[in-house]
Amino acid sequence: MNMERQEFWFDVGPLDVIPPRGARTVRTPRREIAIFRTASDEVFALENRCPHKGGPLSEGIVHGRKVACPLHNWVINLEDGEATGEDKGCARRFPVKLENGRIYLDMSVAAAP
Amino acid sequence: MASTPQRLVVVGNGMAAGRVLDELFARAPDRYAVTLFGAEPRVNYDRIMLSPVLAGEKSFESIIIHDDDWYAQHRVSLRKGETVVAIDRAAKTVRTDAGAVEPYDVLLIATGSKPILIPVPGAQLPGVVTFRDLDDVNAMLAAAERGGHAVVIGGGLLGLEAAAGLAAKGMDTTVVHLMPTLMERQLDPNAAYLLQKAIEKRGIDILTGANTLAITGDTWVESVRLEDGRALPADLVVMAVGIRPHAALAKEAGLEVKRGIVVDDFMRTGDPSIFAVGECVEHRGTCYGLVAPLYEMARTLAATLAGETVPGYAGSALSTKLKVTGVDLFSAGDFSERDDSDEIVLRDPARGVYKRVVLRDNRIVGAVLYGDTADGSWYFDLLKKGADVGALRDTLIFGQAYQGGGVLDPTAAVAALPDDAEICGCNGVCKGAIVKAITANGLTSLDDVRARTKASASCGQCTVKVEALLVATLGEGYVGAGRKPMCKCTDLTHAEVRARILDKQLKSMPAVMQELGWKTSCGCASCRPALNYYLLCAWPGEYRDDAQSRFINERVHANIQKDGTFSVVPRMWGGLTTPNELRAIADVADRFKIPTVKVTGGQRIDLLGVRKEDLPAVWAQLNAAGLVSGHAYAKGLRTVKTCVGSEWCRFGTQDSTGLGVKLERFLCGSWTPAKVKLAVSGCPRNCAEATVKDIGIVCVESGYDIHIAGAAGLHVRATDLLGHVATEEEAIEHVAAVMQLYREQAAYLERVWKWVERAGLETVRAAIMDDHEGRKALLRRFEISQRAVQKDPWAERAAGRELREFTPLAVLSPARKAIPAEVAE
Repeated sequence: MNMERQEFWFDVGPLDVIPPRGARTVRTPRREIAIFRTASDEVFALENRCPHKGGPLSEGIVHGRKVACPLHNWVINLEDGEATGEDKGCARRFPVKLENGRIYLDMSVAAAP
Repeated sequence: MASTPQRLVVVGNGMAAGRVLDELFARAPDRYAVTLFGAEPRVNYDRIMLSPVLAGEKSFESIIIHDDDWYAQHRVSLRKGETVVAIDRAAKTVRTDAGAVEPYDVLLIATGSKPILIPVPGAQLPGVVTFRDLDDVNAMLAAAERGGHAVVIGGGLLGLEAAAGLAAKGMDTTVVHLMPTLMERQLDPNAAYLLQKAIEKRGIDILTGANTLAITGDTWVESVRLEDGRALPADLVVMAVGIRPHAALAKEAGLEVKRGIVVDDFMRTGDPSIFAVGECVEHRGTCYGLVAPLYEMARTLAATLAGETVPGYAGSALSTKLKVTGVDLFSAGDFSERDDSDEIVLRDPARGVYKRVVLRDNRIVGAVLYGDTADGSWYFDLLKKGADVGALRDTLIFGQAYQGGGVLDPTAAVAALPDDAEICGCNGVCKGAIVKAITANGLTSLDDVRARTKASASCGQCTVKVEALLVATLGEGYVGAGRKPMCKCTDLTHAEVRARILDKQLKSMPAVMQELGWKTSCGCASCRPALNYYLLCAWPGEYRDDAQSRFINERVHANIQKDGTFSVVPRMWGGLTTPNELRAIADVADRFKIPTVKVTGGQRIDLLGVRKEDLPAVWAQLNAAGLVSGHAYAKGLRTVKTCVGSEWCRFGTQDSTGLGVKLERFLCGSWTPAKVKLAVSGCPRNCAEATVKDIGIVCVESGYDIHIAGAAGLHVRATDLLGHVATEEEAIEHVAAVMQLYREQAAYLERVWKWVERAGLETVRAAIMDDHEGRKALLRRFEISQRAVQKDPWAERAAGRELREFTPLAVLSPARKAIPAEVAE
């Protein structure tokens, strides 16, 4: 068995169907993943569950590289999924990249347990 | 007795000569009898302000430095339009093109520079101009009058200013620049990129890396041909590729000339009677083309001519500011990348701010600022002094205001500033002026300072500094007005932001953030919804609602629940419903397997547990039965609760149900600072609980009592009686006026009762009950804003608007999962 993780970049759609400062979800059999697009067209992928009470982060207000959870306004850092400020917790982060206007999610991680 | 004045002849009447005379007359007004020859047929003017003249922002009169009176007053013999063509050093005379011969004891050559004409075919065609003096500007203005295409060759300071001016005058303007980036001598590529974007935004085309091959045309310029084969149509060509010292006269007189007239540190040429100053000279191997060094030279020269002993001129570091309205750009020194240089960069892309300070051995050697140039002169000062900035390194990029104290202590930071430090960039107010205004006039508040000095009265970015000055000056005597900034993105309060949105006609969120100096690139989850509301309220029908700045509930017109599902509440006008509506609700609940159906406190039915992707279909089906969104999710009108009133109740005095329905239909759809709940009770028994609502009406025999500012949530508060009206029509008018006043005055998320307590019940009463004209104006504004919003958001979305909001980007089903699973093995 190859110990090195093999990447599997899966095209989940074009960037322009996500509003800037917004998010859309990708449903996989194991989990729902929120793909965020910032004002400066960066993309980030986090599990669509707030570390606090499981709120759908994809429904939150995206500002800078952060998102505010719609349930209790925890502010989660998109880069690493960590809650900011006094709150402690982390949403799982997934490898995502943007190439030629399309978004690719690394399914070797996203589909793994 | 004064000795006979010496004869000083000055050749050239540009900015350098003008400044020398200013400095000289200040020191030794009677030492010289001055004769001044100027090739241009006019008095001395501020050449660097020609760009605003071209752009139509200034008149020639306003850029005159010395008018005719000035020359008369200083007994200067000004010979306008007379060009000196020869110097006879042996006889100590100059000869002019008019044939006149003028003797001198001291001669000053200030012939300036000439624009470079690139040696391409067609460069001499009519319609090809340079950008050097007022005649050039007039030629450009005449061409702009005729309209058509302008091609500016040269993407440096002058070329871009010319292009901006011509575009402002309506010409179709293209800039052709040889180098890959604009202003490459003053800017690094990042700032050049921002600059190019800003220039292109004005409709100016920019071609970089473009080499001009020829200018074509028969009797007038027609096009500019580039090396790559392109031909650009042109009715006007401006050559702005640079300048070279105008030293021919000195050279013919046998003075030493390299690139420019060679002078020593006291502006002396090889001939002890002849001095030279300005762009025509070469000092320590350098020729200058900017105004600051000319002024420094002029000071040294004037002192020397006045007989003072001063240290010589030692050369200048250079800084540049671009004079194109709306483009804020500063550059100074050297910022080329070298192995031994170190840099600090700050970017704020949304604000278009870019700052870069280049250090070498802990000293600033260069600075490029784009978008925010307030600290340009500070960096430049440190650069010129060669100051060791090692200790400031961590906060250097934040600018002067952050130095001299802890970063978090603005009072200490401001106290450490010198008196001439500029506090308010918008109005050019320095620290000394503010402190003086505070002490001399006994000012005690921010508003006092704003009124008296204008500091902090425009964009408000310096508000913290001004407050710190109040604290520093008054000490304990300063009691802040309990100012609370909107959020960490700004130092302005809600009210201040709202006032500026109106004053400055800010109509978009980027405009607000840019113009009011937001500290974050795109705001935060706290200020964005507030700004969205303020803009919507200020510019109804004009401002485009920003869905991404709304809380999810307002975006999807349903209420998010703890499990991520939504609840849907249709409107039941005044709490009335029908068997058909109830059947439709029951059908929807069945079809979409909605787990909970509940009656709400606002007299309607809540469908709980709807999956997000079902929302459009749920709405469509409810719409079909005539049910529309109840806005149960909105910072807006929620419900109008009613009792049955005179129609059924034996105690009822008026038709409270009917009034409730009318109010709900009139007010629904409006966005407000926070939710608004109403109730109408048919008699003082008050079954609709109107006296704990935001606005409540209690019907009495003689008409309608209007109550406001009740609450029955976290905080319980009975309403205050606002007043009494006789008719239903008046009741509706007064309630709508209260709504509008609240919409315009309250801070975002501030409930009606909090607003009334803050504004004062009497103030609100005066505005609604006493000021009849004012009330009618409020009503009209409310009606205008209602026109823009009274559409059922459910119908719009069921019809497909923003449908993407409700569907996942991708669904990876188990069949597809096979692929990644394989790879994962």
